[in-house]
Amino acid sequence: MHAHVPAPAATAGPSLRQKLALRGFDAVTFLVVPAAVFSLCLFVYPFAFGLILSFEPKNGGWLANYQRFFSDAYLYDTIINTLALAIPVTVLNLVLAVPVAFRVRLMRRQRLLTTILVLPITLGTVLVAEGLLNYLGPQGWFNRTLMTLGLISHPLRLVHNYWGVFASLLITGFPFTFLLTLSYVTGIDPALEQAGATLGANAWQRFRHIYLPLLMPGFAITFCLSFVQAFSVFPSAVLLGEPAGTTRVISIAAYQAAFEEYDYSMASAVAMIMGFVQLAIVVAVLAARGLFYRGPATGAKG
Amino acid sequence: MIRDTTWGAKLWATAVWVLVGFFIVNLLAMIATVVTSSFATRWLGTWLPVGWTTRWYASAWSEFQLGDILIVTFQVVGMVVVISGLLGVTAAYALARRDFPGKRLLVLLFLLPLLIPPITFGIPLATVLYRTGLAGTFWGVVAANLVPTVPFVILVMIPFIEQIDPKLEAAARVFGANTFKLFIHVLMPLLLPGILAALLLVLVRTIAMFELTFLVAGPTSQTLVVALYYAVFAAGVRAVQSIDAMAVIYMVTTLIWLIIALRFINPTQIVTRAKQQPAH
Repeated sequence: MHAHVPAPAATAGPSLRQKLALRGFDAVTFLVVPAAVFSLCLFVYPFAFGLILSFEPKNGGWLANYQRFFSDAYLYDTIINTLALAIPVTVLNLVLAVPVAFRVRLMRRQRLLTTILVLPITLGTVLVAEGLLNYLGPQGWFNRTLMTLGLISHPLRLVHNYWGVFASLLITGFPFTFLLTLSYVTGIDPALEQAGATLGANAWQRFRHIYLPLLMPGFAITFCLSFVQAFSVFPSAVLLGEPAGTTRVISIAAYQAAFEEYDYSMASAVAMIMGFVQLAIVVAVLAARGLFYRGPATGAKG
Repeated sequence: MIRDTTWGAKLWATAVWVLVGFFIVNLLAMIATVVTSSFATRWLGTWLPVGWTTRWYASAWSEFQLGDILIVTFQVVGMVVVISGLLGVTAAYALARRDFPGKRLLVLLFLLPLLIPPITFGIPLATVLYRTGLAGTFWGVVAANLVPTVPFVILVMIPFIEQIDPKLEAAARVFGANTFKLFIHVLMPLLLPGILAALLLVLVRTIAMFELTFLVAGPTSQTLVVALYYAVFAAGVRAVQSIDAMAVIYMVTTLIWLIIALRFINPTQIVTRAKQQPAH
């Protein structure tokens, strides 16, 4: 093997085509090029363009947009407003989704339930906002039912404030969180739980010591995906909320900069800040996940 | 299966089902409110409307020019489905069959538009499209909608293509088929169920895609969901029932396709984008 044997083929050498094919580049590989070019032009380039544009403000130094954002309470408060909506909603969705997913995983016929739950995701936030405006309004069926039951004497104010947006994020976010959680929960081998039960663990102990450690990575991803969805809330914050007050979320600030002030540089800066906050939370959650068990969750043989 | 028969376990199970029931009742009541209101003559301060009518549909149709909007919507959605199918399936085939340097980076590139919410990348994208003059046009709306749908088709199709035995393709090659013939005669028939499912999901998602269309659409290129947003936003100008009639038309448009889609796919696929990639 180590002897230097000059082969006759070595003088000609493999062609460039053969060399590329050896590394995995041939005609089939190049089928990926159109989609990759498309993604570069319409996703990577706009992002890079926006990032650079955000450092070229209409007036002032290169950091002027960011300085303006973090010195104007009307602007930097949008981060707090958005977090005040997104974090409680995401935590609540996850806390509700986990026990429901654990119950539904035992069901034989899940399809009807999953179909009903997929409705609000399919219909989208605009329709949910319009529906909730009627349903939760002072004359809506929700308040009417509560008053008939005698639980309240005056209609609750549930639209055009924080709670309207909260409800809409719950109605579109819960099915999303639930279906993701369900796919993680059903991915775990039930034999692990049965082994725990055989050894005398009760339901809580089985959850705490078998499922929870195995599900932690899945929960972290579910939390991140649900959180970024809630964090970028836009139509329901305008239609159902108080877009000049408590539900002036960061996407409203970005939209107003772009389409009301026509300051695309500022709008890009706000979009970059929005992306950065999302990234920071996602990285924090995924880093915290590293503190928990990592390993196979399917209980594979051998 | 493990059966818990203690009182605590039964109570817990009941509590969970009550929660699910409460959620579903509110969800269905919310949808029923919109439908009821769209057929109401006058509905103020009572459980049910005073009388019933269908005239709001006629008025919504003419007031909001729904005929034109529906045509634009289906043109946009049709274009998005065709282009994302062409770009997505070819790219998915390459990614499923070949291993090459930089593949993981490429997969990450296709994963990002699905993980980042549309409004975050939509604002820089809209800026670029306004600079190039594409925004406000039909093709601008199509281009913006393709950004998440092409990667979606790719990620749904990769596991589907991976499960097809490469020996079939090798056999076709032995008999002298070129890449094009291979696609048409061998791969297409095998991949058709997967492509159909992926494209139906793209269709349902594009009809409901609000943010991207909203950011780049002009007056002649807005889709139904954007028109609905403007109608709700300007509520008070028009009768609530008229807006609700439009909302019902939107619901019917979406739900017809959802029902068709559900014949071919599992509802959970609408949320969980693709099977988890196996760790390399």
